[in-house]
Amino acid sequence: MSAPESTPESAPERAAESATGSAPETWLVLGASSAMARALARALANEGAALILAGRDDDDLAALAADCRFRGAASAEPLRWDARDPATIAPLIARLERAEGKVSAAVFAGSMPPQAEIDADPALIDGVAADSFTGPAQVLSRVAPLIEARGAGTIVGVASVAGDRGRVGNYVYGAAKSAFATYLSGLRNRLNRAGGHVVTVKPGFVDTAMTWGLPGMFLVAPPEAVAASILKAARRRRNVIYTPFFWRYIMMIIRAVPEPIFKKLSI
Amino acid sequence: MTWATREIAGWGRVLRAEAALARPERQRTARALAESAPVPALGRRRSYGDACLADRAMLTERLDRVLAFDPETGTLEAESGVMLGDLAARLAPQGWLPPVMPGTGFATVGGAIAMDVHGKNHHHAGAFAAHVDRLTLATPGGPVEVTSDDPLFALTAGGLGQTGPILKATIRLARVRGDVMMVTERRMAGLDTFCDALDASDAPYTVGWIDATATGPALGRGILEEGEVAKGLVPPARRGRTVPLDAPGFALSAPVVRTFNAAYLRRVPARGRTVVRPIADYFFPLDKIHDWNRLYGKRGFHQFQCVVPMDARGALRAMLERIGKAGLASPLAVLKRLGPGAGHPMSFPVEGYTLAVDLPASDGADRLLGVLNAATVEAGGRVYLAKDSSLTAQQAHAMYPGRAAWAEAINARDPERAYETALVRRLRLREPS
Repeated sequence: MSAPESTPESAPERAAESATGSAPETWLVLGASSAMARALARALANEGAALILAGRDDDDLAALAADCRFRGAASAEPLRWDARDPATIAPLIARLERAEGKVSAAVFAGSMPPQAEIDADPALIDGVAADSFTGPAQVLSRVAPLIEARGAGTIVGVASVAGDRGRVGNYVYGAAKSAFATYLSGLRNRLNRAGGHVVTVKPGFVDTAMTWGLPGMFLVAPPEAVAASILKAARRRRNVIYTPFFWRYIMMIIRAVPEPIFKKLSI
Repeated sequence: MTWATREIAGWGRVLRAEAALARPERQRTARALAESAPVPALGRRRSYGDACLADRAMLTERLDRVLAFDPETGTLEAESGVMLGDLAARLAPQGWLPPVMPGTGFATVGGAIAMDVHGKNHHHAGAFAAHVDRLTLATPGGPVEVTSDDPLFALTAGGLGQTGPILKATIRLARVRGDVMMVTERRMAGLDTFCDALDASDAPYTVGWIDATATGPALGRGILEEGEVAKGLVPPARRGRTVPLDAPGFALSAPVVRTFNAAYLRRVPARGRTVVRPIADYFFPLDKIHDWNRLYGKRGFHQFQCVVPMDARGALRAMLERIGKAGLASPLAVLKRLGPGAGHPMSFPVEGYTLAVDLPASDGADRLLGVLNAATVEAGGRVYLAKDSSLTAQQAHAMYPGRAAWAEAINARDPERAYETALVRRLRLREPS
């Protein structure tokens, strides 16, 4: 396995990008109730983007939408989306089709039940795969034609350092995130031909409800810092980012450990 | 809900506690927590003593969204963890401000209600809770809507969190016609001049900076600042700075502070001057230095704040004499007029003069605080519990005559005393008598 290529794109911005005129960029945020998504949505609101906030917790999405409007979003609306329910995809796409300017999407969906629970009930694997990979991928595969048609747009996919190597503590979650990262790599290859761009984001430990109070956390990054680095990466058309940046080097080391040794470790 | 164990401290860093903390990010999880494990709520922990300490608590810092804002009427609904400084920064360009702003923009909406905070406009506007239309409390039986005419509202305003976590609140904003402050500064020669000028001032925002190191004829000298919101060129916002480590002991030693205070006074010309300042600089002068409390070194500091009745200028003078004589460095001393109180039993502001002084922690400071606390009781005044780290239970009970009835009502709602904080326990605020 080779390290993902990550140098910033040097090609000049496509003409199509400026041709979309003055309509605000519309961002679809999947899994918008997560702390990282909240931070990104607010940063986008601050820049005047139009937001479609998708997820399962209707009340929470409505609260976030109101907050984003207060912070300067051109518009912000909650829409119900369940990674395990394909019927919830069509309304999202229909809403995106109505958007006038450039359309973009960011995926924060994913679930990580304790590995012990999965070991006891392997049927849970389906859910993890749906939340972290197949559900979001089905949405993105329908967003892709819109980006191709408009000749511009960004997809931000949040994978995980857990996907870089399978570990005893969370290998099902890691496998799903790894699959999602591979999907994003292919999607980048596809959209690049049409002027779109895909950023793969691999966060390390982020200070969210998922990591709050977990033992063994170190160098925990605030979600606002992660959101800022995501936006910067999207603007600079970076391909794969680790955030905070030093996780690239941590994972380089972890990937470099030979399997005969790695299989004996409990990290 | 997962609990994380952290050491937390009051802003003065003298009092500390190890606490199990939950940090809900959504209304739903906050409600569920309140139903399964009732604990007090903590905001950004800007209370100086132990009002923001507890063994187990819910942090509201991620409940930080504005839920509704009507730019026509200035009505705003916010989750309890929204910080007033954030609101001010967003609202001022649209012609609105939070109706009351305490000395730090890091104060949250929930904390502002629980401490019924006051600002430089108290003599006109009253304290924070007077501008709250309704709030939602999380209780074991589910969320409870409380309007401002509900008896539960009076228990909650200034109620130190003892009615349970505030989930959200609707406040009425203040209309302003600009986004900078026009500030007139005048030198004050002594305490009587100062108090007269405070009484006479009808500026929307008034605050006095007082040189607490001055003694003799200079006692009570300082600078009166009168501010109003104006339109103008906004000076570019400067980035906040952080105090990276605890300052050494001599940083705020008596000679340094005396020199600083004298220079600060001379900064304003004898005839006075008018300057334009960014809103945040005026209301939250210290917020630009993040963690400024570390300037007081590892041992931390106390902030003494009392209010004494209008006719107790003599008591105020005696306190300033004791402070000056003690020679304990206290660079930040503030003198203000408070208007009539709101009548909520545990709300601090009542009509009179309020004095706030920082005292670096030391044995001498403990003795001085004892004297000042006793003098406050004597003068018929009270100490601000959001600042307190040194009162006795007896003193606190004497200062807040409505406390016993308040405690009875609170205990009826929360017989297990799940919402008790370290301050409430130390001062036995929920004891029957």
